[in-house]
Amino acid sequence: MTDVSIEKAAARKPSSLIAVDERTRRRNNAEKRFRAYGMTAIAIGLLCLVVLFVSIIRSGLPAFTRTVVNVEFTLTTEQFEAAEKELFKTKAYSNLFIESLQGKLNESGLSVAFDAAAIERLLGKVGGTLREFYKANPGELGSAVRFELAASSRVDGYFKGRVNRETLQDSRFLQLSDLDLVDALAKAGIIKQAFNWTFITGADSGVDNPGGAGIGASVVGSFFMMVVVLCLSLPIGVAASIYLEEFAPQNRFTDLIEVNISNLAAVPSIVFGILGLAVFIQFMHLPQSAPLVGGLVLTLMTLPTIIISTRASLKAVPPSIRDAALGVGASKMQAVFHHVLPLAMPGILTGTIIGLAQALGETAPLLLIGMVGFVARGYPDGIVSGFTEANSAMPAQIYTWAARADVSFYEKAWGGIIILLVFLLTMNIIAIILRRRFERRW
Amino acid sequence: MNDMRIVERKVGTNEIKISAKDTQVYYGATHAIKDVDIEIEDKTVTAFIGPSGCGKSTFLRCLNRMNDTIDSCRVEGDILLDGEDIYHPKVDPVQLRAKVGMVFQKPNPFPKSIYDNIAYGPRIHGLAKNKAELDEIVEKSLRRGAIWDEVKDRLDAPGTGLSGGQQQRLCIARAIATEPEVLLMDEPCSALDPIATAQVEELIDELCERYSVVIVTHSMQQAARVSQKTAFFHLGNLVEYGDTGQIFTNPKDPRTESYITGRIG
Repeated sequence: MTDVSIEKAAARKPSSLIAVDERTRRRNNAEKRFRAYGMTAIAIGLLCLVVLFVSIIRSGLPAFTRTVVNVEFTLTTEQFEAAEKELFKTKAYSNLFIESLQGKLNESGLSVAFDAAAIERLLGKVGGTLREFYKANPGELGSAVRFELAASSRVDGYFKGRVNRETLQDSRFLQLSDLDLVDALAKAGIIKQAFNWTFITGADSGVDNPGGAGIGASVVGSFFMMVVVLCLSLPIGVAASIYLEEFAPQNRFTDLIEVNISNLAAVPSIVFGILGLAVFIQFMHLPQSAPLVGGLVLTLMTLPTIIISTRASLKAVPPSIRDAALGVGASKMQAVFHHVLPLAMPGILTGTIIGLAQALGETAPLLLIGMVGFVARGYPDGIVSGFTEANSAMPAQIYTWAARADVSFYEKAWGGIIILLVFLLTMNIIAIILRRRFERRW
Repeated sequence: MNDMRIVERKVGTNEIKISAKDTQVYYGATHAIKDVDIEIEDKTVTAFIGPSGCGKSTFLRCLNRMNDTIDSCRVEGDILLDGEDIYHPKVDPVQLRAKVGMVFQKPNPFPKSIYDNIAYGPRIHGLAKNKAELDEIVEKSLRRGAIWDEVKDRLDAPGTGLSGGQQQRLCIARAIATEPEVLLMDEPCSALDPIATAQVEELIDELCERYSVVIVTHSMQQAARVSQKTAFFHLGNLVEYGDTGQIFTNPKDPRTESYITGRIG
């Protein structure tokens, strides 16, 4: 024994600690390279994220503004009565409006000739809008009223750079001469960009009116779907995981269930859509395109996510806590509900909210159950109809807009993505806050 | 082994609290406990000693059916508490565990306040009719757990914030809050420093005036210090059981002798 150890000691060359030997140098270089790879990977990831956000925000922000003609208009009672006697009543209103607008331009020292057709191209049927307003509010007759009239999408495009004088071709939508009027109105401060509340609160509009399209109704649709998903998947998911994790015997049957739950989590969402179509709509005859059905389909999708995360957080509770509870004479159920579940709560909530966020952004299954149709009526008029009447959902609405021909819908689609992302971020922030609040150390 | 004051100890003639006859425990195919016969006396400290994996903890956990939580575990034979078979199909382990309290190897207070840690057992067993009674139970248990003076001003503080020794005494106080008749301790001092160990041992000395205490320990000095009866387990067999003084000074079985003199284990 002693001989060997002496030989070994002799085999090691005397070396200085200060001079780094070859082997150590190679090891250090390998480590440096590995760190560089890691940092590069993170940098690439961050860069992609930045590019994504910048492009979304750049393309989507214009959806939040719209071009409006903000103008004061006075209609006397005599004018009202005279107009109501005319054969073409809205035309009479329109003419009065044009006169007033002409007057405003002259006051600012700008003179542009324009006719009723130009105004219609710019603002749509102004006469009708005015007539409706004064018939509904006769009290406003004789006093000055400030009207904010949305400009047509082409004019909007002119302000946002989509339309310019070089590429514009005269059409029934917009003519080159109209742009002179627009410029003059802009100079007079009558036409300008304003925040587009309609985009946030409104419902989808027809293909010929991109300016009026809003995401509000589909936000409501998504909300009702999420209510269904939350109310079904949280109790079912948590109950299933508690049973599987704490009570179920370990045998072939529970193993089979476990494998299947993991597999379900990986099933493509469109398959759930087909399932929903076949079971909920064709077999159970639930209303088509309804948030109720959408919610049911998304529940099926979310359940595996919730079950897996809940089981993981139940597993993470130290067994000593269960022992402690059982040791003082708690029943199995008391041990689970008094001690294990509160400790697993942050994990369960996080899993649930992430599952919900996933469901909120899911489009494919909604396509199959018809939640992409154009829904002419805006908001549901009650809670029941909110669940059962046809509506759209945010991602489906975005998909619809992106598929439309008019480029102004493209901008709406990006804007919709911003709103969707805001909702998702909010949910993730709530998840983080809940986790922080409920987190206990042991 | 220089601490041999055990010989002076009174050798009790207490009545039998727990008696196990022909007990077998299997983990799946493994035969973990073989033919164990033991009679544990009331108001006595009984120590289980033996090398790691000899089955002393397994046997201890049989005494309040904590092994029920392990699916593959199977217990055969009779274990009687006050003459009643605790493995009788009609016995509810929850009621049993209220009578046979347990303290674990690692201090495991609930992540709740000190007060709630103690009050939990009495609450679920309905031992207190109102808040005042519960307060009384909590104070009494903490006093008996020899930790009252240290925590009386911060009953709302989390139990997990205490030091290791305090946590273990809190767990003992929690176990005695439900007024058990037997207290099982599974290596209660293995995670504690010598000072905390001394405090817990002192506490065990006091506890045995009221309860039957069964303690599993790896430290033979500890067994010698705290117990009146000692059982030596080896490879799943109960090799020798008798008065602590006799086991440590005059073991009958050669295996016991080898173990306490440090030759096997």
